[in-house]
Amino acid sequence: MYVAVKGGEAAISNAHRLLADRRRGDRSLPSVTIEQIAEQLGLAVDRVMAEASLYDRSLAALAVRQSRGDLIEAIFLLRAYRTTLPRFGNSVPLDTADMLVERRVSATYKDLPGGQLLGPTFDYTHRLLDPSLLTDETVEEPARRDASEEEIMRVSDILAHEGLIEADGDLPQDHQAGDLTREPMEFPMGRDLRLQALARGDEGFLLALGYSTQRGYGRNHPFVGEIRIGEVEVEMEIPELGFAVSLGNIRVTECQMVNQFKGSSKAPPQFTRGYGLVFGQSERKAMSMSLVDRALRAEELGEDITAPAQDEEFVISHSDNVQATGFVEHLKLPHYVDFQAELAMVRRMRADIHAARSPQQGDVTEAAE
Amino acid sequence: MSVAEQTLPTEQAGRRRCASLLARATADELHAAWDALKDKPETKPVRGPETGLVMVRGRIGGGGSPFNLGEATVTRATVALASGTVGHAQALGTDKQKAKLAAIFDALWQEDATRDHVENTVLALVEHRVEAENRAKAEETAATRVDFFTMVRGDD
Repeated sequence: MYVAVKGGEAAISNAHRLLADRRRGDRSLPSVTIEQIAEQLGLAVDRVMAEASLYDRSLAALAVRQSRGDLIEAIFLLRAYRTTLPRFGNSVPLDTADMLVERRVSATYKDLPGGQLLGPTFDYTHRLLDPSLLTDETVEEPARRDASEEEIMRVSDILAHEGLIEADGDLPQDHQAGDLTREPMEFPMGRDLRLQALARGDEGFLLALGYSTQRGYGRNHPFVGEIRIGEVEVEMEIPELGFAVSLGNIRVTECQMVNQFKGSSKAPPQFTRGYGLVFGQSERKAMSMSLVDRALRAEELGEDITAPAQDEEFVISHSDNVQATGFVEHLKLPHYVDFQAELAMVRRMRADIHAARSPQQGDVTEAAE
Repeated sequence: MSVAEQTLPTEQAGRRRCASLLARATADELHAAWDALKDKPETKPVRGPETGLVMVRGRIGGGGSPFNLGEATVTRATVALASGTVGHAQALGTDKQKAKLAAIFDALWQEDATRDHVENTVLALVEHRVEAENRAKAEETAATRVDFFTMVRGDD
């Protein structure tokens, strides 16, 4: 019999004190600053902002520091923080065509308006550890070249001119964009809600699902129409002024995936699309998101739903790493009473079986005698 | 068309430009401009400064229906000058001091007597800095543009 107890205050308090000590580490080393994390571990900060679904570089850097670099813990901290703030309103939808582009590549066109702009990419590096980073060596300033005035045209717009690709994705006129943070999830859900869930979804989970579609589990024959990374302006309607004003810029990554074409007796064949948009610089996430977005449109496009990546309820219910970690990690918390109940049941069942078997064995023995 | 209807868009454009530059000003830039102000105005806080969230929206496919991408922190303030002019400020981030100063400059920009000061000590500086930063970024990106060339076959 388990009796409810109290206790552990001193242990918990000392554990947190120990955590603070281990977080700080060797005191003879300088403490890492929030600015250093934001500047030099910028992509970790970006990932925390994207999956916490809260854009704030300083707070995300603080969360990375507080969590000792455990990014899901950092995401959890930032999610918890956002619940303490009121919401002032919705932004005017971002205009990614008007981006201050820092990187833009297309796998479908070699020569396209605006060109292939590699930006600060890991692509084409040799993935060899760089011993020069063991010390604090001086880093060259970036090269510069006159920027062309040419518009960096969307690849989807180039294809759209010929009618070769479906439109951007319009929901009915009277449709209000759903919000996962305000209303409980219901299936089936609109593409707007799915995109919100995917934008905050776990990068690893979406990467694996995107990969599964490439390996044949819901194949959708993708081409990267375009990836662009850069700053876009956030504008919000101010009721006191009666018009929208700019709040500043945020960096986002956008992926336009061009997928297998579809046609019917009524409509000539057209390429279909998947879309990815993520806070910060994260093309792996944006690409995975667009693969999964396209896979989840299976029903809308009349495809057979045969693979996990096409199963909306499965994907969306398991994409959130804060929810996932909460449920997985709760298993380590005291389950003493539950377990006592199971233990008692297993003992009783074993005793019953034992009791049931013993007389039978007795009968057999008697018969043999 | 009445005069009011004609001037409204210009006035609105001016106000939008002012708000946009104040949102991009650094706290240091606003403090410096405040310190440079000879006659510091009496101001009364009307609202805030307070930090909250804006739900940032994207569009499906880039140009389709809106969806909720995620939130961003935003800090806003509203102040009133003794004359009754009300200034609003709102910017991404959590800097309350910056929002308060920006709201004061928004109010001062609306007054004929102080508009030039705001233009010269704040807006022009921020505009130049932001332009220079954007140009630098664009030029750095342009240097990573791929110049394709056709391989010449070694036929002869």
